[in-house]
Amino acid sequence: MIGNGANGAPLLEAVGVSKDFTVGGRFSPGGRRKVHAVDNVSLEVRPGETLGLVGESGCGKSTLGRCLVRLYSITAGELRFQGRDIGHLSRRQMRPLRCEMQMVFQDPYASLNPRRRVGDLIAEPLRVHGARGAGEIKARVDELIGLVGLLPDHLQRFPHEFSGGQRQRIGIARALALEPRLIVADEPVSALDVSIQAQIVNLFLDLRERLNLTYIFIAHDLSVIRQISTRTAVMYLGSIVETGATETVYRAPAHPYTQALISAVPVPDPDRAVGRKRIVLTGDVPSPMNPPNGCRFNPRCRYATDLCRTERPALRPLDDGRQVACHYPLSGGVAPAASA
Amino acid sequence: MLKVRNLKVSFRTEQGVVRAVDDVSFDVGEGEILGVVGESGSGKTVSLLSVIGLIIDPNAVIEGSIVYKNRELIGLPQRELRHVRGNEIAMIFQDPMTAMTPVYTIGWQIAEQVMTHNRMSKSAARQRAVDLLAEVGFANPAAAVDRYPHELSGGMRQRAVIAMALSCNPSLLIADEPTTALDVTVQAQILDLIQKLRRDHGSAVVLITHDMGVVAEVADRVLVMYAGRIVEHGSKRELFKAPWHPYTWGLLDSIPPMEGARPRRLKSIGGNPPSLLALPPGCAFAPRCRHKFHRCSQRPGLAGTDGHQAACFLPPSERETARAARTPVAAGAS
Repeated sequence: MIGNGANGAPLLEAVGVSKDFTVGGRFSPGGRRKVHAVDNVSLEVRPGETLGLVGESGCGKSTLGRCLVRLYSITAGELRFQGRDIGHLSRRQMRPLRCEMQMVFQDPYASLNPRRRVGDLIAEPLRVHGARGAGEIKARVDELIGLVGLLPDHLQRFPHEFSGGQRQRIGIARALALEPRLIVADEPVSALDVSIQAQIVNLFLDLRERLNLTYIFIAHDLSVIRQISTRTAVMYLGSIVETGATETVYRAPAHPYTQALISAVPVPDPDRAVGRKRIVLTGDVPSPMNPPNGCRFNPRCRYATDLCRTERPALRPLDDGRQVACHYPLSGGVAPAASA
Repeated sequence: MLKVRNLKVSFRTEQGVVRAVDDVSFDVGEGEILGVVGESGSGKTVSLLSVIGLIIDPNAVIEGSIVYKNRELIGLPQRELRHVRGNEIAMIFQDPMTAMTPVYTIGWQIAEQVMTHNRMSKSAARQRAVDLLAEVGFANPAAAVDRYPHELSGGMRQRAVIAMALSCNPSLLIADEPTTALDVTVQAQILDLIQKLRRDHGSAVVLITHDMGVVAEVADRVLVMYAGRIVEHGSKRELFKAPWHPYTWGLLDSIPPMEGARPRRLKSIGGNPPSLLALPPGCAFAPRCRHKFHRCSQRPGLAGTDGHQAACFLPPSERETARAARTPVAAGAS
């Protein structure tokens, strides 16, 4: 396999990446408008690490994930993979790079052609990306099916014969076929039952170790992100509001949104569930069509001041190495002096 | 208040008879929140749907007894059932969008339900709709009554559905995965609302969910279902502090922790839930169970004390050591 990049140079680097979608037409109320689905996001992923992207629905985490592997073109910003600019490559120019970065999708059933056998499905990327001989392809497919914990006789079956967890294993085998360095997994476990979810999370952990993989793991489930990521980035309305080492972010969230998000996760322990203070946010996530002025989170924030309502905070580093986009970052979960 | 005894629900299908609910008995007391936990296909929804007579599939066979306030519900004609539904027992579903018709405003839909069960003028019913929306936390209920479901966010839609369910002050509310389609911060709001309902109206709630965390937050008692059967039943405290059934252990251990050290691997349950068409002869969980022994080829009954029961042959004295001895499964066990 490919060696681990010990020099620590980022595998993938995004600088000020934005993605706008145009919605509405001439006849819709308000006319054609732009939605800033991803707004000026900068991040880097180093070889061997797992970056968790977490946020509520509509925060742009999936859009960002797709931009990072250029399944979507980006509206603004720069994207570098192994130091090479990929933000402006054409589809054709991107194609050889697809071997290096692959994606695993949420719904493994929708992403598998129902009329083809599993063996074919796993061999497909091999056929598309390189003229390999039949024998070589077969050997690789057999290797892959074992790698993801399925049996060789599964290769002759069709996707509908499998359970959700097994289908996700097939999706993972397809993504691994070309020996990618980077895998972007978009909500790969959220459609699965709890007991199966744990199996697939374990599979991701094992594969990372065995194949030196780098992941960008997108999920809305905070406990899954905590389990798998080395670094976590929390997104809200298209921007990253906090990013840092997973342990640090979860132990002492610095952004009020992160704090509320973590406190809202139900804990399967009645003693702790009763004893701990849950922060219940009021209201809903605002529409990205019409984001609030100033800090995007200010209408729901307990600590918002006039400054928050007028000036949008930039992502800036704290002493412990993480970055927070907040005028009054929390220290150790304690309310800042400016609390309202 | 609600007594379900030996409930069995089977469906005739092309592949044979599927027993979705197999000999399930439970009670719901006044003002109590009962959590029903299980994975998809465990029969948790079907058992509660039969309580309110919503299984109208002609291929379904329902046996057993469901007594609500001393009245047998099985075999009751639809006309009388309709009176019980809505008036006495209300239900909230997982997907609030499909629970409402998109062509009428939410106010109209709530008012319709109010007028079905009470003699009330149109304007009084509308006023009642406004009051209900205010109660479930709409900031501007007078404007919200004229909104269509698609104009609301997921959390607001679920609130509107809850308002509709509350319109006739039901004494039992059945909530089927009410927060599964919602984000965590909105889920927290809805769980708070459900607890507030119990406080203010004294309604009993049956909360169907797959999320052990949700149960730990709000339930008083917990029922764990697997393959159509109850495998464990107990007070929340007992069930979380000292679970008896290996399946419950698996469910609890599958959840990645939010505090403390991260385990290198999660203790997952190997394998997949069995097909209801081909259930193993004895304990339905045996093929996935790491503690199975010769007795497991027979079907275990629920045994234990009044407050805590499990359907498992493991001797009570060995349960704690067996759970502690659980080791993570090998990579990709399937």
